[in-house]
Amino acid sequence: MPPSLQSQSAVDPQHPDIDIRQGRKVFASERGDVEALADIDLQVRRGEFLSVVGPSGCGKSTLLKCVAGLERLTSGSLQVRGEAVREAPLGLGMVFQRDLLLDWRTVIENVLLIAQFRGLDMGKARVRALELLHLFGLEDFVDRYPWELSGGMRQRASICRALVDDPALLLMDEPFGALDAMTRDQLNVELQRIWEDSGKTVLFITHGIAEAVFLSDRVAVMSRNPGRIMKMIDIDLPRPRNLSIRDSTQFTHYTGQIRDVFLSLGILKNH
Amino acid sequence: MTFKSSGVGRFLEVMAVLVGALIVWEIAVRIWMPKPFILPAPSLIWSEFASSPGYFLAQTGYTLGTTMGGFLLALLLGFISAVGIVYSRLLERTFYTLLVALNSVPKVALAPLFVIWMGTGVEPKIAIALTIAIFATVIDTVLGLRSVDPELLSLARSARASEWQVLLRIRLPSALPSMFAGMKLAISLALVGAIVGEFVAGNTGLGQVILQAQGMFQTARMFVAIIVLGILGTVLFYGLEALERWLLPWHVSQRGQIMQHGA
Repeated sequence: MPPSLQSQSAVDPQHPDIDIRQGRKVFASERGDVEALADIDLQVRRGEFLSVVGPSGCGKSTLLKCVAGLERLTSGSLQVRGEAVREAPLGLGMVFQRDLLLDWRTVIENVLLIAQFRGLDMGKARVRALELLHLFGLEDFVDRYPWELSGGMRQRASICRALVDDPALLLMDEPFGALDAMTRDQLNVELQRIWEDSGKTVLFITHGIAEAVFLSDRVAVMSRNPGRIMKMIDIDLPRPRNLSIRDSTQFTHYTGQIRDVFLSLGILKNH
Repeated sequence: MTFKSSGVGRFLEVMAVLVGALIVWEIAVRIWMPKPFILPAPSLIWSEFASSPGYFLAQTGYTLGTTMGGFLLALLLGFISAVGIVYSRLLERTFYTLLVALNSVPKVALAPLFVIWMGTGVEPKIAIALTIAIFATVIDTVLGLRSVDPELLSLARSARASEWQVLLRIRLPSALPSMFAGMKLAISLALVGAIVGEFVAGNTGLGQVILQAQGMFQTARMFVAIIVLGILGTVLFYGLEALERWLLPWHVSQRGQIMQHGA
């Protein structure tokens, strides 16, 4: 299993890892200001897997970028592990919808990119990278180039890259959105396996209702124009979850709850 | 069908076409017998070269040196300028704007000026080669450095990468394909610059061979210089392409290649 996370011990365990209060984000455009996020109150606990599910254009990616320090909230407060976010918080791993692997680097060199940026001991980072690649079944592709890999394998490698410096916080922006349904299911299972017992806090952005329920401890359901959190749902399903849990009545109860929110907002329509 | 064998096949095809053209030329000259100072036969051009190969090689060496001097300077100065332009708004607004404006001036027109400034030695020739070639290296390097995927920069920022690390590990490698496109253009332009430089001053180099032969109606000699220039240009261009293939296998092999494995 991935090494434990000593880095957390210095921080107050009662404090949420991500703490957003009255978050609001406005983008200036030619036709006036556009409110992307409004009234965002969100606390993500240490070690929690929280998904934000919403339609495209609801500002969920903007929300994640704010947490990553890549965008600033227009107003409101945003703290990551007790500190106001001004630049990217330390101990942060990011996975995007596109794998963003560098064509000129082999798989392991790609995984080590973040270790180089962070100035880690490369010997140790290499051991960790190999461990991660093994966990994701990429041990035979360590020295291959990205173009020799399938979409699913590329995204696995990009998750390894995010985990290489053992971050306490993992931000994932629709990481499986571009994959086919079967690969996506498989990666859901693998991500859950890696996340369990790792103690990592995960903020997971998706437009997939079933994916959000399957992976999460809690699901935040968002509306658009502006992006607001309409409902917060605790997912009380036993772990580890396997794919067949999706057929259980409990599971469909949760997905139904989320779908009802979108139906009531007119984001989904029955006819 | 592998990449290499199709490359060799392409080379043989080009050679066959060239040899065929020479044969047609030779036959045409023998049938219609134009005056040799109008159009010499390939065989006559060959014997002109064979009569003094050392002389032609020395002139070629001179022109090659001038070309490479201009090209390498264009590469170095072009690279430094491009990095400056990408990182400094001031340089972009002043230097880059000036450069783009100057690009529309026919640089050949500057050659006599450079002779006044630098004399009749090798310096003005290198300067002209540099002046003509540098636009290609600057513009394509700027393009390459700027065309980095913005999400890749977000990834780097999320890991608190320094600007220097971003330049070295992301921007530069992503810019290399574009830089090579600029270099392939620049090397041909540097050769043009070298010849123009030799036309306007001095008494060495293939440009001077052509000019002096013209004065004495030694058309076969002019053709030797022209053909050598053709070969030189081709070799320099394909040399760069080979270097690209060697340095950027990831880029070259990506052209037209699709994924091979399942999930």
